[in-house]
Amino acid sequence: MFRPSHFAAVVLFALFASVIFGITQRDTPRRMIRYGIYCFVLFVGSAIVLSWLMFLIAR
Amino acid sequence: MATPVNKIAATGKGSQRGFVYLPLIAGWLVPGAGHFLLRKWGRGALIAASIVGMFVLGIAMHGKLYSSVNDVLDLLGLAGDLGNGLLFVLSRVLGLGADQVQVTTADYGTRFIVVAGLLNVISAVDAHNLHTGRKS
Repeated sequence: MFRPSHFAAVVLFALFASVIFGITQRDTPRRMIRYGIYCFVLFVGSAIVLSWLMFLIAR
Repeated sequence: MATPVNKIAATGKGSQRGFVYLPLIAGWLVPGAGHFLLRKWGRGALIAASIVGMFVLGIAMHGKLYSSVNDVLDLLGLAGDLGNGLLFVLSRVLGLGADQVQVTTADYGTRFIVVAGLLNVISAVDAHNLHTGRKS
């Protein structure tokens, strides 16, 4: 059984979803790559920010 | 004089060959197949790798494959799973996937499988749009 950590799962999820979003939501390869990176950073960045927020609220 | 709308329509008519929904259906049944039919090899390969990778990781995490519908959430889960096309059917036939979620990683796996299906539907629609000329 594959048991990734919560963060590893987030990174894998963000990677796959960003690839699809990049390809389907933009027309040119250059814009696809830029949008894919943008989505990846937003996915992972928002997960990190929300994690810290929940950590601080729970204290 | 050709307006942008007319240009799109003209491009669409020019690019349509054969059954218009073939890339949509092929892309749904086999991830990336819609783009392969349109000779978009790079995009198709990336889509196939992403969808199949996500689905396989979901199965490897012992994610749940929805089979019966007991409430609305199950129905939504089943709809997402069906987006995987033949991957879902094959997994059901082979008895892969868990019936019940017992550990946290299995819950992640269930989401991976559902989202892989939803992303596959988006990709299939993208292939259809490429075929009709709505997208270049």
